[in-house]
Formats: sequence, C-alpha cells, structure tokens
Amino acid sequence: MLEIKDLKASLADEDKQILKGVNLTVEAGKVHAIMGPNGSGKSTLSYVLSGKDGYEVTGGSVALDGKDILEMEPEERAAEGLFLAFQYPIEIPGVGNMVFMRTAVNAQRKARGEDEMSATEFLKVVRARAKTLKIDADMLKRPVNVGFSGGEKKRNEILQMAMLEPKMCILDETDSGLDVDAMKLVAEGVNALRDEGRAFLVITHYQRLLDHIKPDLVHIMADGRIIKTGGPELALEVEQNGYADILAEVA
Amino acid sequence: MADTQRTVEAAKTRLDSISLPYGGWTAEARAAALARLQSQGLPGRRDEYWRYTRPDTLTAATAPIAVPEQHDEDGVFDHLDALKIVFVDGVFDPQASDDLSLEGITLERLAATAEFDIHWAKPIYGILEMAGQTPVARPLASFNTAQARDGVLIDVKSTPSRPVSVIYRHKDANSDVTLHHVVKVGEGATFELLESGAAAARFNHVLEVDIADRGQFHHVRAQGPDLGCRLVTHLFTRLGTESVFKSFTLGANGLLTRNECVIELTGDDAVAHVAGAAIGDGDFHHDDTVFITHDALRCESRQVFKKVLRNGAVGVFQGKILVKKDAQKTDGYQISQSLLLDGDSQFLAKPELEIYADDVVCSHGSTSGAIDEDALFYLRARGVPVDVATDLLTLAFLAEALHEIESDSLSSAVGERLEAWLAQRRS
Repeated sequence: MLEIKDLKASLADEDKQILKGVNLTVEAGKVHAIMGPNGSGKSTLSYVLSGKDGYEVTGGSVALDGKDILEMEPEERAAEGLFLAFQYPIEIPGVGNMVFMRTAVNAQRKARGEDEMSATEFLKVVRARAKTLKIDADMLKRPVNVGFSGGEKKRNEILQMAMLEPKMCILDETDSGLDVDAMKLVAEGVNALRDEGRAFLVITHYQRLLDHIKPDLVHIMADGRIIKTGGPELALEVEQNGYADILAEVA
Repeated sequence: MADTQRTVEAAKTRLDSISLPYGGWTAEARAAALARLQSQGLPGRRDEYWRYTRPDTLTAATAPIAVPEQHDEDGVFDHLDALKIVFVDGVFDPQASDDLSLEGITLERLAATAEFDIHWAKPIYGILEMAGQTPVARPLASFNTAQARDGVLIDVKSTPSRPVSVIYRHKDANSDVTLHHVVKVGEGATFELLESGAAAARFNHVLEVDIADRGQFHHVRAQGPDLGCRLVTHLFTRLGTESVFKSFTLGANGLLTRNECVIELTGDDAVAHVAGAAIGDGDFHHDDTVFITHDALRCESRQVFKKVLRNGAVGVFQGKILVKKDAQKTDGYQISQSLLLDGDSQFLAKPELEIYADDVVCSHGSTSGAIDEDALFYLRARGVPVDVATDLLTLAFLAEALHEIESDSLSSAVGERLEAWLAQRRS
C-alpha cells in the first residue's frame, strides 16, 4: 500500500535535514505504529507524506499503491486515498463543517471520475457516521473545529476519515490531549474502519493508544530514521524503559 | 502640471454643463445645491478626502466609455418577491417595471413629479444631503441634487408586504447617469429597499433616507458585476428615536467605485449598521467612505467592511465616528479588513474616531492579511483543490459582513451570488 524508500527531507527555510533516510512499507489491511522521542521526525514524516509546504524532499521515494506521490499536490494525494488525521486540527471560522466535508468528498469523487454525492445522500451518511462517533448535529453545523474541545476535534478528524474512506490513513498523535474515554471513542472509530483494503500508520508517543488500536508492527524512529522494528511488545518495552535502552542498543 | 490643468478644465466643463430643470418643488434645493457646488468646486487630486481615490474620471466632462457586459445570469434579487423598478442606463423602463403601487407606501418617480409645486419629499430632497456636507464637503452629491432628473420617491406610511427592488441595467457604452432617490420611513414602519445591477458607464447616485421614530430601514444592494463602470454613490440618512438603519453593499468588479455613507443619529436609542463586502480582481478601485455622527443618547453604530483583492486591485476605507458632546452612552464599532490574495494588491484604511462625550464605548480595528496557509493546507489535505479551497476561505472571510444582512433569504441570495462569481472566475 505505502512504500517509503530512503526518504530524506529538510526544512525548506533552514536547510536542516530532519528525515535522514526513512524506509518503511505498510501493506494493505495492516496497522503500523511509529513511536519515537520528541524531535525524531515523526510529525515531519506525516507532513512530507501529505505534501505540506515548507519541506524539501532531498532524496528517496514514496509510492502509494505503486504510484509515486511526491510530485503530487496535497489534494491529488488525498484523491489517491491518502489521509492525514492532524495532530492539531485547524479551526476555520466561516466555513461550515458540513459544507467542508461535502466539498471534500465531492472534490475527491470528481478527481477520481466518480459521481458526486447529492446533498440528501450526503446528509444521510454523515448523520449515521457522526452518531457512532457521538458527534451531534450542532457540531456538524458549526464552523470547522471552531469552539470544539480537544476531544471533539479528534472525533471530527475520524468522522472526516469515515466520510472520505481513504486507503492509507496516517494518524498523527491522535491520542494527544485526549482523556481515556475520548481515546476509546476515537479508537473505536478507527477500528470500525479497519479493512483488508485499508492501511493505517499510527504515530504516537504512548503505548496506551495501541491497547485500543492493535498494531501489527511497531517502528521506533529516532534522528530521522527507523531504528528498530518489532511486534506490539516493542511498544510495551518503550512504555516501561523509555527510549534510552533502544537508542543505546542501536548506537 | 499639464495634467492638473486639464483636470481643472474638465471639471469646469462639467460644472458649466449643469442646467437646472425649471421650476417645480425641487427648484429651491437644486439652486442651493448648485450654489454649494460652485463654492465647493469639484473634488481634485489634492483634496484630503480624495487622497486615496482619484476623482478625475468622475468629474470629467464626459463619461469614459464602458462597454456593457453580457451576463446570462439574472439579477441578484430578481427571483425575490419584490416590487420591481427598472432603470436602463438611467431611463425608467415601464415595461420591465411593476406597477408603482404597494399598500402602505406611496411610490413616485422624481421625473413624474417635476412640475408639482408642493411635494412631501421637499423637506428631504437635497436637505439631508446638505446636512451631510459639513464638516466634509461632498461636491459630487451637490452635483447630483442639482442635476438629477429622475429617481424614486418612496413615502412609507406603514409597513408594506414586500420590498421594493430597484434594478439597474447598463446597455449603452456612453451612458452617464444621475439618479436621486428619497425614502421617508414613517413612525413605526419598516421598509426594505433592494438595489442591484450595473447602472451605466458612469453613475452618480444619491439616496436620502429619513427615518422617523421607531421606523426601520433595511437596505441591501449589489453593485456590478461590470468591469468597466465607474460609480459614485452617496447615502444620507437621519435617524429618529429608537429607529433602525441597516445597509449592506456587495461590490464586484467595476473600474472605480466610491460609496459614501453619511449617517446622523439624532434620536435617542437609535441603531445604525453599515456593512460592505467587495471582491476585486485587476483593474479595480473600491472606496468605502463612511461618516457617522452620534448626536443623541445611547445610540449604537456598527461598520463592518471586508474586501478581497487580487491582481493589483486597490481597496480604500475611510471611516469616521464623530461623537458629539451630549451623545453619552454611545456604542460605536468599526472594523475594516482586507484579504490580499497576492503581493500586487493594496488596501488603504483610514479609521477615525472623534469623541467629545465622556461616557462612551467606541472601538475600531483594521487588518490586512493573506490567506491562512494552515487552513488552506488543511482543506487541500482533504482533497479540496487549491482554487476551490481559496474561494471557500474567501467566502469565510466575507461572512462577517454578509452576516450584517438582517434577512436570511437576502443574505443567502448575496452569498450564493458571490459563490457563483468566484466559481465563474475559476473556470
């Protein structure tokens, strides 16, 4: 599904290399987790994959279902089925949440040459999916993320994911700022979307989220590289001992 | 120097071209306006009040040519249930217009009353305009009062069942039009006036609105879209006790637009809101000039102006709140903002407060900014193409101004039209 080869990237303004050769392959139907200390390049990886400005790719390749996506605009990557759940979802005053989601769904459908969803059809689907995430009608009506609590923002991200039905989902610290109940709710939303044709890359600081979203593989990222890969037990090891042992072991 | 000389000559020709209609109930006001204009002179490039907007093409002896554009779309308010009055290049079109009759109001054309000696509009025509000439001279309004041959006179005795919609159409590339409207809102009555369309190659528009105690006046207008037009409008209003005035203007394209709004709060507890949303692309100069005088207790005034500018478009805002000595408990608010979609466009703002009362709340703010890159990326990351995402954020930026429109159906009519204009430009 997602194939990252020797990906190198730096901040465009500062000429500071952050990704120093990332190698990672996520197969369809799998959930991979990335953990790592602060500043290891986890969020940068998610931004580079989704095409945010301000980063310069200096080497390597990224393929989604065999297609090179690095030359694509962010909206083209999205239409190809890439989705990034933001660590800090953006507030957009003046743009209604519903209008935003319908515009996004139909823009992607249009880009893929599919029929657009009618307003009534969309409304039906969005209401049903919002309900399972405990998102009420008021949140759908309000401007995008404006006045939402931290938990509401993250649930809104998962709702967008549910509506857009992407192939490759990247969750950037989706657990940050969530209490236990909110985390469970978000995890349930993610688990409901687990599917043979869909892959997840879950970026997190804490093992706790992985109790709820069970990963197939766990990668440890440090200083711009994946330094160790293992099963779910690797996350437990990090939780107990921190990163020091692993960093020392690799060095 | 030669240029300045030529401008002066042109202005003189323009002044000399005025011939007053003979006699009738407007004669006095016209003669006074002409005398006023002669002492004021036409605005020139050195006038402080015209510092950011060049008046040359508005004062030139003949109107610069503006080829009318063909639009397939209907007028913004055409589908609304309203009494329609249509002017084509400033000439009343009886076929396209409805019967000028609506319960609760008297509707007349200025031209049709020219011969009358007595008329209800006499205490308003040119009178509110004259009151609005101090402390700042507005010669193009004096010109209008002296010169205007037609317009609509509306006496609102009680609240009518539907709004009046004045529709302007531009068909002649050389049309040079002056129209003067008068609205009198009676005690406790509510009236809604709509104006839409591009009127002429050059259009000088005056609207005088006298609102009696507890009267309400709601005004929504959509100017354009026509690329080559030039227009100057003046709205003069006087508000009685507990009365309400709300005016919103949508501006799209047009080479030169100067909208002046002069509001005088003379009765206690009155409310005046004036708002505008403008989108300009390329050769576009859009000026909102507002002067609000608080001269009574506990009045509220609010100004909300938003402009979206690209490809070298220029936006101007001059807004003043004057609070007189006895206008205690005044609540004044003013915001002017621009969204600059590129580095070539500019926004010039001159907010002014002049306060003589000591127990008031007045605030003002002005900002210029680009599209929020984070919001843009968020939308794009969800698959919204960059141009559509830009338009969504543009509409979001204008939303606060549209929100000032009292009626939801009008507000959505304006919003939809804006959206359509933006979409058209994309394709």
